[in-house]
Order: sequence, then C-alpha cells, then structure tokens
Amino acid sequence: MELLSGLLLLAVPALLSWPLGKYMAFVLDTGNGQGNISGIIVGEITRKPQDWKEYAWSMLIVNILMFATVTIILAFQQVLPLNPDGKTALEASLIFNTASSFVTNTNLQHYSGEVFMSYFSQLFGLMWLQFVSAATGIACLAALSRGLGGKAMLGNFYRDFSTSTLLILLPLALILSLLLIAGGVPMTFEGAAVAKTLEGATQTIARGPVAAMIAIKQLGTNGGGYFGPNSTHPFENPSAFTNSAECMAIIIIPMASVWMFGFITGRKKDAAIIFTVMMALLIIKVFIAMNLENAPSAAFSGLPAAAGPNLEGKELRFGPGTGALWASVTTATSNGSVNCMHDSLNPLTGLVPLAGMWLNVIFGGAGVGFINMFIFIIVGVFICGMMVGRTPEYFAKKVETHEMKLALLALLVHPLLILGGTALFAATPWGASTVLNTGAHGFTEILYEFTSAAANNGSGFEGLGDNTVPWNIATGIVMLVGRYVPIILPLAIAGSLAAKKAVPETSGTLRTDTLLFGTIILGSVVFIGALLFLPVAVLGPVADHLASIMR
Amino acid sequence: MNEISTSRKTAIIEHLAASLRILAVTMIICSGAYTLMLYLAGRMFFPAEASGSLVTANGTIAGSRLVAQKFSQPGYFWPRPSAVDYNAAAAGGSNLSPASAALRKRAMETLSTFGATSNKPVPADLIAASGSGLDPHITLEAARFQAPRVARARNLPVEKIKAVIEAQSSPNTIFSGSSRLVNVLGLNIALDQSCR
Repeated sequence: MELLSGLLLLAVPALLSWPLGKYMAFVLDTGNGQGNISGIIVGEITRKPQDWKEYAWSMLIVNILMFATVTIILAFQQVLPLNPDGKTALEASLIFNTASSFVTNTNLQHYSGEVFMSYFSQLFGLMWLQFVSAATGIACLAALSRGLGGKAMLGNFYRDFSTSTLLILLPLALILSLLLIAGGVPMTFEGAAVAKTLEGATQTIARGPVAAMIAIKQLGTNGGGYFGPNSTHPFENPSAFTNSAECMAIIIIPMASVWMFGFITGRKKDAAIIFTVMMALLIIKVFIAMNLENAPSAAFSGLPAAAGPNLEGKELRFGPGTGALWASVTTATSNGSVNCMHDSLNPLTGLVPLAGMWLNVIFGGAGVGFINMFIFIIVGVFICGMMVGRTPEYFAKKVETHEMKLALLALLVHPLLILGGTALFAATPWGASTVLNTGAHGFTEILYEFTSAAANNGSGFEGLGDNTVPWNIATGIVMLVGRYVPIILPLAIAGSLAAKKAVPETSGTLRTDTLLFGTIILGSVVFIGALLFLPVAVLGPVADHLASIMR
Repeated sequence: MNEISTSRKTAIIEHLAASLRILAVTMIICSGAYTLMLYLAGRMFFPAEASGSLVTANGTIAGSRLVAQKFSQPGYFWPRPSAVDYNAAAAGGSNLSPASAALRKRAMETLSTFGATSNKPVPADLIAASGSGLDPHITLEAARFQAPRVARARNLPVEKIKAVIEAQSSPNTIFSGSSRLVNVLGLNIALDQSCR
C-alpha cells in the first residue's frame, strides 16, 4: 500500500513532465516571437546570439551580482523593512555561507529561518535567489542542448534567464503556493502569534509569508525552508495533501528538463532513454529506502513500547513510508528539503540519500541534473568507442581528447570536494568537535555535510553543529566550486562540439537512443559511483549499522 | 589596440547594465508582486489558514491547530516528545541516531512518565520525538492509552473520555487504512468543553 502510494507520487509528475518539458522548450525556443518579453525588460542585448564563452561569462556576471545583492541584504537586515520580530545582524561567515548556498541553488542552511531571518531577508534575499538560481540552471541546460543540437551559437543567457524565471518558474510557483495556502500554509506579514495555552503557559508561534517561499523552494530544486526543520514543520507542510503536492513539485522540473533537452535537440528518443535510466535508479532508491526504514529503531529494542517502523524525527500526518520516499526524491534531485530528520533515519537508510547525492544525476537539479548526466553520457560514448576501436561520436560530432579532458575534470571535481573535505574535517576539531552522535554516525554527519554541499543539495544530518566559522567557509567554497565548474566545463564541451563538422552516421555509428546504450549509461553511473564512494560508505553508514546490530 | 580596449569596456558596461536591470526586474516581480498577490489571495479566500490556523478558547488565542503545545497535567492528553520543548519560535528535531544510547536513555525517561510496563506497552509514536518538535497529532492508540490517566484526573468514567477521543479522531489519507490520528489540542479543547 505504502509502496503503491509512493509510486503514484512518482508517476503523476512523470506524466506531467512531458507537456511541461515541451512548454519549456517552446518558450526557450529562439525562433518564436516570445523574445519580446526579455527584450523589453533587458534591452537589445538579449537578441545577440552568444558562443559558449560569452554565455558562460554572462551567467557568471549575473550570478556574481546575485551574490553581492544578497550579501548586502543579509548584512543589513536589522535596518531594512519587514522585520516585525526585530531580527538582529548576522555573523559574517554565516552571511558568506548563506549567500553562497542560495546563489548556487544549494540551500544548505546553517541558520534557523524563524530565529535568524527577517521577512525582508526571506523574501527579497533568499526567496528571490530560489527563483533566479533555478533559472540559471534551466538556462544553462537550454544552451547546452542548443550546442549539442547542432547550433553554432548557444543562445543568449539574459533571454534564457528572464524567460525561465518569469514564464516557467513564476506561473508554477503561483499555482502551487495557492494550493499550499488552501492546505494551511501561512501567508501573513504579522509577527509571531502569542498564545495562552490551555495549561496557562505562553507559547510564541513564529509565522510569516511562508507559502510564497515553500512553493519555489520545492519547484526550483532549492530546498531551503522558511523554518529550521524545513518541511517537517507543520506550517511548511500541514497535511498529507500538502505533503503529496510538495513531493511531486520537487521532481517535476528535473523530470521536465530531460524532455526539454529532447525537444531542443530534436532527439526525443535519446531523452526517453535517459529518462528511463533516471527513473529506474529512482525507483530502486525508493524501494530500498522504504524497506530499510520500516525496521524499528534499534534504540527501542526490549523497551515496553509497541514495535513499529522508525518514527524518530518523523511527523504522523504524512502517513507511514513518506519519510523514506521524500528522502529518496529530495536527494535524487538536488532539492534537499526534508519531511523527516535524515540524521534520525535508520543507519543503512541514510546510505540512500547519500548515494543519490554522490551520483547526483537521478534527475538532479533544475537543468543542472541533466548537465551532470551529460558528462556520464560522454564518458559512456568514449568507453564504447574504445571497445570497438573507433573515434567516439555523440550526436554526429567526434568526441576527442580535448572534450574527454574536460569531461573527466568535471567528473572528478565532485568526489574530490566530498572526500577531501570529509578527510580534513574528520581529522581535525573543525569537524570532529561539532558532531552530535558518536562513532560512525558522527563521521556520517561530516560526510553528509560535504556531500550535500558538493552536490548543491542542501539537506543535512542536522545534529551537526555547523554554524561555525570553519564549516561556514569550507562548505561555502565547496558549494561555489561544486556549482560552477560542473556547469562551465560541459558548456565548453558543447561549444567545442558545436564548432566541429558533423560526420555522417553510418552502420558503424554507436546509436545513443537504444536500451543498450541506456544500460551502458546505467552501468557507468553505478560503477563509477561505487568505485569513488564505497570506502566512505563502509566507514560511515555500514559501520554504523553493524555496530547497532552487534550491541 | 586602443580601439579594442574601448570596445571591450563598452561591452562590459553593457553586460553589467543588462545584468542589473534583469536582477531588479526579477526581484520586483518575484519578491514583490508575486508575494503581494499571494498575500491578498490568502486574506481574501483563506484568512484563517493564511494567518496560522489559530484556535481560540475562552476568548483568547489558545494556540494553532497545526502546532503542538506542551501538556504535562494529568488531566490533559500529552503530545509526542519534543526535542525543543514545544518551542514554536525555534522548532527542531532531536537528530539522534535511532541506534544511539542517548535516544534509548531519553525513551526510558519518557516511558516512566507514561507509566509503561511490559504488560502495558506504549504506542510507538509516544516515545519518538517528531521532526519539527511540533507534531500536533498522536495516533488513536496513543490517545486511548492515555484515557485512564485523564479519566482518573478528571474523576470521570473512562468510557466518557473514550467517546470524546473517538469523536475527535480522523483518518489521515485515503491510504491510511484503519489507522487514525487525533489532534491533541483539538482533543483537549473538546475535553474541556464536554467534561467540565
């Protein structure tokens, strides 16, 4: 029953993603007259086609300005308007971390929203970035798709960026946030409510313009909640209904991004194969997580309590099994919002979200998930080419040394950030003195934090005391590198392929739109992921599990 | 040479101007217009939900239907444990590993306040802290478990208490099957009203 309802929550967005992907490709199409909107907003510059370098530069300029704007807003929130609860100034390293986190679409939060942030910071700083950081990802995928589809120019960043924000993300966010308000998510500018409880005590209930932020947090693969405990909080997620709506919203744009690639390149069958690979990996994740999380908490064995699934860190109103489902979905995409506390998942279940972020290609972030998958496609094409002894080709362009160097660099940045960071912090008091749980579980808290930062995910094993200067600076840097290197290098590859002459397809050409190629991609993803991350998986969650059953 | 550097300079200025314009427009629309529209829609169509689903009892705000509050008197039903002591201005979970000794210790303390024995085991939700620390619900079984204590404190027959519980319980989703939940604040208000 649980698995059935879980599969339903994946099937509905999967069906809706096709028309959405078609719509995204339509509004981003350079050929239709829609360019008027961005032309009016930004001016003539939006009509100028850009090559990959100009496109990447424009992306960087806009993103640097986004970073600067939000840094200023956060640094001066105590004097800015919309601050009914009198929130005070934030510490410098926390500002750096938070700005990096929201600019990179990560939304790792080393602060608790209702404690630290004014309504102005939430809406004009963080929520604004939730729109425009997701738009950056969608824009870059559109550019990549055009290059691979055979266009010499990749489009225009300013045009793609404003179109993605205003014609894709904004309407979807409007619909979802209205549903959420109807479901009980607050949308008010009044300060905290003060209640006199039935027992006569005083309870201060933080609230605010929550619904606006929750909608785009889910749709834009952001994940940064209004409140500290994210979508476990009853004001972010009041019922089983809102829980289902939010869970589907998490995955719909990443799914639609795959179809968008298919429509822009004109290779819908290729897109369908990649979609199938991603869906297979996701269903495997969900199945494993739901089964593992059905086991009772080891800590309660032998106590006078009814046996049942692990309920620590979970809310009853979402129904059983939804914690494991959400944990799988939010880490397959780079969303990172949570509806249960991942630190309190059963030790082996914790491996499922970690694996999702290690691979980071199971639909992934808005736009960028497919960009990550593109690297695995190039590697897959290369491996096949080597096996049959001919120069590998992708979409009728020869993949040569230059492209392979870039692809391998893009592939290796991710594990380097995770393993390097974890090693440094596990060996020093920077990390070792900040863990909540002891032993292997504490190690997993550190590992999870770096994994989440590098994957631009943003979920956490929140027992970790991560609002310290070393954590703020280290994860801030990891998020920035983990965001821009894996966007710029694939754009460079697309630019380089776009400049090459097309080679005619022959009977010896490797077809990339077959189930066989899908299997090769699946294998590449799983084997490369396992080779890179199995050792830390054993040191963390597996050791944790073994210790718990031997006690 | 000079010409190139001038044209590059104009190009950079052009890019910066475009970027600033685009950022200003997206901020005005996404943070300003979008938020304002939702705020007005909320006030017009869902005023109670939009301001936090507050409940009043005896003329004052008694809390939010969605947010757990602390109950420790024997005459009231108690919610699930909270790692933040039901602080609705700084919510959070325990983040303890479900295999940890620290969690076992906390569970044993909770069990003793509920007076659980191996003959009278508590339902599992009553010893596990929720993710937000503000879960407003307990399972129907957890409410029934507490009924004798409440009845004793209020000097009422258990059957009467149980009738209130049943009336307050509801299924959660179409997938819930036979499992039902009870909103603790709602139950306690109903109890105060019907069993004065």
